[in-house]
Order: sequence, then structure tokens, then C-alpha cells
Amino acid sequence: MRYHPLTTADRTAMLAKIGVSSVDALFKDVPQQAVVPLSVFDLPDTQGEMEVDRKLARMAAKNTAAGAAPFFCGAGAYKHHVPAAVDHLIQRSEFLTSYTPYQPEIAQGTLQYLFEFQTQVALLTGMEVANASLYDGSTATAEAVLMAQRITKRPKAILSGGLHPQYCETVETVAALSGVVSRAPVTPGKAEDIAALIDNETACVVVQSPDVFGLIRDLKPIAAAAHAKGALLVAVVTEAVSLGLLEAPGFQDADIVACEGQSIGNGLNFGGPYVGLFATKEKYLRQMPGRLTGETTDASGKRGYVLTLSTREQHIRREKATSNICTNSGLCCLAFTIHLSLLGEEGLTRLARINHANASALADKLARVPGVDLVTPSFFNEFTIKLSRPAADVVDALAKRGIVAGVPASRLLPHDPSVRDLLIVAATETTTEEDADALVKALGTVLSEAPSTSGAMF
Amino acid sequence: MTMNAQGRPTAPGTIESNELATISGDRGLDHEEALIFEIGRDGHCGVDLPTVQISENRLAGMRRKAPIGLPGLSEPEVVRHYVRLSRMNYAIDSGLYPLGSCTMKHNPRLNEKVARFPGFGDLHPLAPQSTTQGALELISELMKWLTTLTGMPAVAMSPKAGAHGELCGLLAIRAAIQARGEKRNRILVPESAHGTNPATAAFAGFVIDEVKGTADGRVDMVELEGKLGPDVAAIMLTNPNTCGLFERDIRHMADATHKAGAYFYCDGANFNAIAGRVRPGDLGIDAMHINLHKTFSTPHGGGGPGAGPVVLSAALAPFAPLPLLVHDDKGFRLIEDREAVPDGAQPFGRMCAFHGQMGMFTRALSYMLSHGRDGVRQASEDAVLSANYILASLKDVMSAPFGDGPCMHEALFDDHFLDGTGVTTLDFAKAMIDEGYHPMTMYFPLVVHGAMLIEPTESESKDSLDRYIHVLRTMALEAKEKKTERFTGAPHLAPRRRLDETAAARKPILRWRKKELPQAAE
Repeated sequence: MRYHPLTTADRTAMLAKIGVSSVDALFKDVPQQAVVPLSVFDLPDTQGEMEVDRKLARMAAKNTAAGAAPFFCGAGAYKHHVPAAVDHLIQRSEFLTSYTPYQPEIAQGTLQYLFEFQTQVALLTGMEVANASLYDGSTATAEAVLMAQRITKRPKAILSGGLHPQYCETVETVAALSGVVSRAPVTPGKAEDIAALIDNETACVVVQSPDVFGLIRDLKPIAAAAHAKGALLVAVVTEAVSLGLLEAPGFQDADIVACEGQSIGNGLNFGGPYVGLFATKEKYLRQMPGRLTGETTDASGKRGYVLTLSTREQHIRREKATSNICTNSGLCCLAFTIHLSLLGEEGLTRLARINHANASALADKLARVPGVDLVTPSFFNEFTIKLSRPAADVVDALAKRGIVAGVPASRLLPHDPSVRDLLIVAATETTTEEDADALVKALGTVLSEAPSTSGAMF
Repeated sequence: MTMNAQGRPTAPGTIESNELATISGDRGLDHEEALIFEIGRDGHCGVDLPTVQISENRLAGMRRKAPIGLPGLSEPEVVRHYVRLSRMNYAIDSGLYPLGSCTMKHNPRLNEKVARFPGFGDLHPLAPQSTTQGALELISELMKWLTTLTGMPAVAMSPKAGAHGELCGLLAIRAAIQARGEKRNRILVPESAHGTNPATAAFAGFVIDEVKGTADGRVDMVELEGKLGPDVAAIMLTNPNTCGLFERDIRHMADATHKAGAYFYCDGANFNAIAGRVRPGDLGIDAMHINLHKTFSTPHGGGGPGAGPVVLSAALAPFAPLPLLVHDDKGFRLIEDREAVPDGAQPFGRMCAFHGQMGMFTRALSYMLSHGRDGVRQASEDAVLSANYILASLKDVMSAPFGDGPCMHEALFDDHFLDGTGVTTLDFAKAMIDEGYHPMTMYFPLVVHGAMLIEPTESESKDSLDRYIHVLRTMALEAKEKKTERFTGAPHLAPRRRLDETAAARKPILRWRKKELPQAAE
């Protein structure tokens, strides 16, 4: 096996040094009835690199890559151009194949980029402090709710109807263990009156902007209403590029920001790995989950970085830790920070404007197609349209024509008949005019045809 | 055994540097590197994008008013910055990385290549499922590998790391207990457990009850059986355990647990010692997470991302979280809707948005297909052989608390061999840095005083192991002779000397700020 350096002669010599005759003797503590022969495993034997490459390439070829078709899916994961330097740099061995930086003397590379990452996230979200990342936006949102419950010592979390439904389910799964989670009504294209739902038991309200339908929300009045009742505002962002154009949640008085960072530096990867950005106010620092990197000096007085405030974490605090999290999204946050360093202030601003311009142009074109109505009056790079037929069927019909038209809202909210005809459409800097025209033309054709009777495979 | 509650020191003294002072501050190939905020400047950019005009009509008045404050750099400056940073890191590609319990094995580059095929890397999680059949097929094949290797009937794929997998397993247990109409809130956790075990159990709303160990480094069965009762939901056991030993009584433990109506959670962090040889399903385990980034070599990436699928017994399988993956005559299909699940399924909820760490799945399957079942078994055997070779080669000069019998894939030493030398576990481990090695895991497990846990993995040649053993033997002998120069204040030759962790925690500086701005807010 090409990955195993030991030879048969090596193994024999090592066994002799240990003083046993076979490797079986080393497994003597394993109950013998639990040791099974290889034939028990209905799996193939070792294969060469070429064979594995070929097999997986064939599987990959059965999928429609986002770059291989006119493509308009968003709803929490976005197709962006990632500069070639990003993927090259994150594959450097010293980044790719190192462990968590627990030995700071020989991990300054990782620690320094985490410190820079924390600074970038704090700046981008308009918050005072950020951690070294969590798994993704959805789990970061769940952690934000738990943190709000700890800070306020109150049980209830109110989730906006515009929060990504799969984020809602993620929050409900963990936050309902020790508290109460309720969802506000789903009102596509309009802001629900979430302030009216806040009471004295409320730990936090969770509001996503732009929301899952694309609508831009004004967080400031919600923050004011929450604070008036002693509750916190958790702001959620699923499209990090939007922060290049829209007001940061921190400047709208959010207390905790949970953000999906995939859009910057990271590919779509069929949903993971992504990178959860997590930021808050200084005063809540010690209730924050996840790893933190801090500046310090070494014994000779040189500036350096270490993981810090680990007394919040599981390996020190065990059952008293703020979270059970034992990992960050290291390489994904490296990709994020490199891409953001390449963009800088100018690049991110331009990128965000291009996204908005492309989405606006597409929305204008689609709104002129008979049977299409624009639902979201405001948006960043993603908007919702109402079709004259169920959106899932239309997406299916368009997929057969080689166009990936967007995410039908019914995929996220299968039991809400009011969203049956809604299609969530995203456009980014990668969207060309030809792509947009192809969608407009094909959608017009599909909507003018009689509905097919075959079941859609969502 | 006594707990080492004091742990390792976190504040170094100050030292006089006697190294040659250079004009630049750099030293040969060792470059110092400023923060990206100190290098960049306003108005510069590392990407070429046009400035387009936009209308304010659709921004709801929510346009950003103040600048963000990000620095501007050209591409060569950015590339140099990160290349220089990378050179301050140790990595498995550059040397032996014997971190016990962390499993730093070779990361094949084929796995990186296949994960980047556009059909996987550039695939949207909510694209129509008719356009993602190959990805679902890949997940299905990985599920087959994981269930076959573990001898378990089901696997939940979405957990994003080991601790997330633990949470998934405990939530399935919680749901199963609720479905039986029972209330059980206590979880038994051995004192040698990874910190994530009690943290996860507390996170999932359980009360933790610690079980003591025996003198031979295993769980005390008498105490365990004494603690089992009608309020116990589960036991959480790592096997092989964190002392690098196989829990011989595991079948008995499982039987006693099940007899008490509780479930058996196994922390699969050390599955790499037994994969291809022992099936956890045969041991009576109900749930076990598998760290794909350990056993199946998806790279650690400086701290993540990981992946922690959880295999489940027949008793827990119905409670697996959404999404579920099914295969029928129409192809592969993800079930994302609680009300559309097959008969009998009662998913406890959802662990995260989308379907899990696809990028890690691709790499892990590539690793498994390359190894095959025979290669997986060989990897486990070589990992155990190499750890025992280290144990046998060092136990006469270092102290191995459980050195009488064989270990599994990691060799555990304590600090008794340093008694009276003035050298601590921390000094000893840091001195390894000067010798070109990453330190072993130290001060863990907590049940051993001044623990040093060495996991060589199957990826080292015998020559590499022999060089490593020679260095450790020489260091141990020097320490015993009270030749302490190389230990005091080590490392001497790394990019940084020991860092002041106490100061970092006392007055946290967690972000860069512009010099001219007052620091008062921090």
C-alpha cells in the first residue's frame, strides 16, 4: 500500500524488539470473539491512485457543477469566483497538514492568520470581538441563541420568519433542550412584526438580513424593541459579500452576529465544509463559544499569538464549558481571510456592487416575463419571484433544459402552501448576461407550456 | 491514581537573547512578518473588478455608511504574506507529529484533487436532486464503508466534527429514551475521557457522573455497575481509551449498560487502532462518532474543518437526524422533511443546514478506496505496532505507567522519570521542538501525572521511528544526569520562545486596532 512506509522486514524487526512473535499478540486485550477476518467486510481491496481517481471522476461527472450551466441557486450558499491564489495558498503543507495551534512556538502561522481573521470579522460585522470561527452559519446561529440564553438567563428565543428554515431547525434541535424556541410567521417580501412578540421571558430575537427570501431588514428598531424588554438581538447573515454594501449588523445595535462565511474564499462543496463567523460585544466575551486567538509576547519580548481564554473551553472546563466545540473551521477561515485580504476595502465594495447590479438587472428582466412577479422590493444579490405554477415543477422542467433556476421555497418550507409558487433566485459576479437571458427565455417558455403531470423530484 | 489538577504552567520567565542580531530582524530563511493590516494601505486591491453604478432603489436605505477598515494589498504582497506565515508552522508533511489522541497521519494529495473536481467542489447543496446524483451516490458509498467497517446498521452523516457527532449521538439517545416514555438524566463518563465527552453531555442537558479508573488504566467495572441505575441514560466510553489501552471488559460493560436500560456511547476518536479488525457493533455499542479527520485522514487544516458521522445501532437508528438519504428505483434522494420520512423513522431534528461536510466525505472515501479493506486493517496494525515499538524502546529510560502490557496505537508515559531532575513534562516536550519534532500530547489524559502521550501513526518509516527514539532516549538520559540546559526555557530554536499565555488571558487583545485610535474600548 503506497501510503505505508513499513516493510515486512521492518515489521519483523519491530516485533522482535517488542518481544512478541506476531502483531496479534499486541491485540491481546481485545476479546477474541470480537476479532473478525477480513472476509467479513464486504468491501474492495486496495486500489491504485489511477483507479480511485477514475472512479471518483465518474461520480463527479454525474453532477451538474454550478459553473457548467446557467446557475441561480442561493438560499444560504453562493457561487462566487475565488481567486486562484486562495486555493494554492491553503494547500501549502504547513497550513493543510498542521494541527490546532496548541504549541504556539511552532504554530505562529496559524495563530497570526486567526488573529487577522478575527479582526476582519469584527470589522466586517461592525462588532467589537470575533472568535476564530465555528462550523458554519447555521451552527453559529444555534450557538448564538444558547449564548443569549446564558447571558439573559431567560428561556425563549424568537426566530424571524425570514430566518433560513434549515437554520431554524438547527436552532430548535439544540436550543429547545433547555429553553423554548418559537418561529414568527413567514411573510415573504415583507418584514413581520417581530417586536410585538418579545416579552419578559425572551432571551433573544433572531433576525436574518438579507432574509432567506432576499429581503433587506432594518435591524435597528428590532434591536431597540428587544433591548427595551431586556432581550438581545442575534443578527444572522448568510451572504457575507452583502456586508460590502449593506450596513453592518453591529452598527444596527445587534448583540451577537452569526454569519455564514462560505461566500468569501470557499467553494460550494455541496453544503460543507463552510465557515461560521461569530462576533459579539466585548462585555459578552466570556460567554462566547469557540476558539479565540490573542496577542502576547514571548520570553524574549517578541510579539506573538496564542489561543486564549481557554478556560471557557471543553478541554479545561469539561462539563462547565460554554460549548462542547473542540474545533474551528481552520482551513475554511484561512481561505476566507486570504480572499478578503486580496479584495481589501476596494475589492469587497466593488464585488458587492457588481452582485447587486447583476441581481437587479436579472430581477428587472424576470419581472417582465408573463407569469412572474417580483416578491421582494429590496434585496442584495438574491430575490424571490412568484410564478404562475408551483416553483418546484418549474425548476425541474428548467433543469431538464440545462438551467439551474434557483431554490424553490417549497424545498425549505414543504408544509407552507403559501410559498408553493415562490422561487428564490440568486445572481452574483459570476452571472453573465447570457446566463440571465437563457433563464429569462427558458422560464418564459416553461411558464407558457401546460403543466406536466409527472411528479417533480424536488 | 491522582488527578493532575495543577496542569502545565502558562507563563514563561523572561530570557536574554544571545542570538546574532540582524539589521532586518529576519534570520536567513526565518522571516518575521507583520500583520496584514500593517502591510496594506488604502486604495490598493489584489483583484481586478470594475466599479459599476448601482441604484439605491432596492437597498431599503440600508447602505453601509462608514468604511469597513480593510487594508488593500496587491496579489504578490498577499501571496508573500501567507507563504511567510506558513513557514512558521510545523506540519505532518514536514516532520513526525506524534500527538496522542489527535492522529496526525499522512494526508494523501489524491484526496485533495478529487475533492476539487467541479462535480463535487462546485456543487450547490440545494441544486435540484436530479443534478446531484453523483454526490448522493458518493455519500451512499461512504455510508456503506462506515457501516460495514463498524458493523452498525445506520449512520448519520451530517455532524461537522467529533464533538458535533457526540452531540448527535446523545440527542438520538435522548429521543430514544423519550420514545420509551422514560426519564433518564444521568450519563456516566470515565475520568480519563476527552473533555468533549462531559462538555457534550452537559450541552445535551444531562448530569455527568464520573467513573474512576483502575490501577491498570481501565474503567472500574465495580464502580460502573454500582452507578448504573434507572436514571442513567448512557455511558460514554472511549475505546481504545485515552491511556492507549483497550477496555477488556467492554462486552461486559455493554451488557450491564443494556440490562440497566441505558445506551452505550463510544467516542470513536481512537477507531484508527482497530479499524478493519474489530467491529464496534460486535462489542454492543449503540452510537459512535467517527472522526474522518483522524481515522480517515482528511487533513486537520490547522484546527478544522473536521467531520464526525455517527454510526447507530438498530435501537437508535430510527432517531437519526435529517436529512436522510434513500435509494430507490428513481435514484438517490435526500429526505429533508420530517413528515416525508420512511415508516418508523422519528428524526430528532437537524444538526446543521444542508447535508454535512461533503468536502471531507470525498477525501475520506478516496482514502478508503485507496486503502481497501486490507489496507485499512494494515494501517491499524502498523499504527499499533509503531506505538508498541516506541513503548518498548523507551520504557527503560522513561516511565510508562501501564508499560507491562502492550498498548494500542499510542504509548503513554508519565513524568516519574523526571523526578528530582528539575525538568518538567512541559520542558521535555518543548525541548523536542529544538530537535525538529512536534511535541507529544502532554498533560493529557489527566489520570496520569505529567502525561506524555505519543501516537506515531502508521505513516512513519522504521528509520524515522528509530531517529525519534534516539532523540527521546538521549534527552531522557541527559535529564536524569541533570544536564538541563536544553530543557530550561526550551524551545530555543523555534520562530518564538515560550509565549506568555497568562498575560494573554489577563488582558485579552483579540484584534488589531489602528494605532491612532484610543485603546479604551478594548
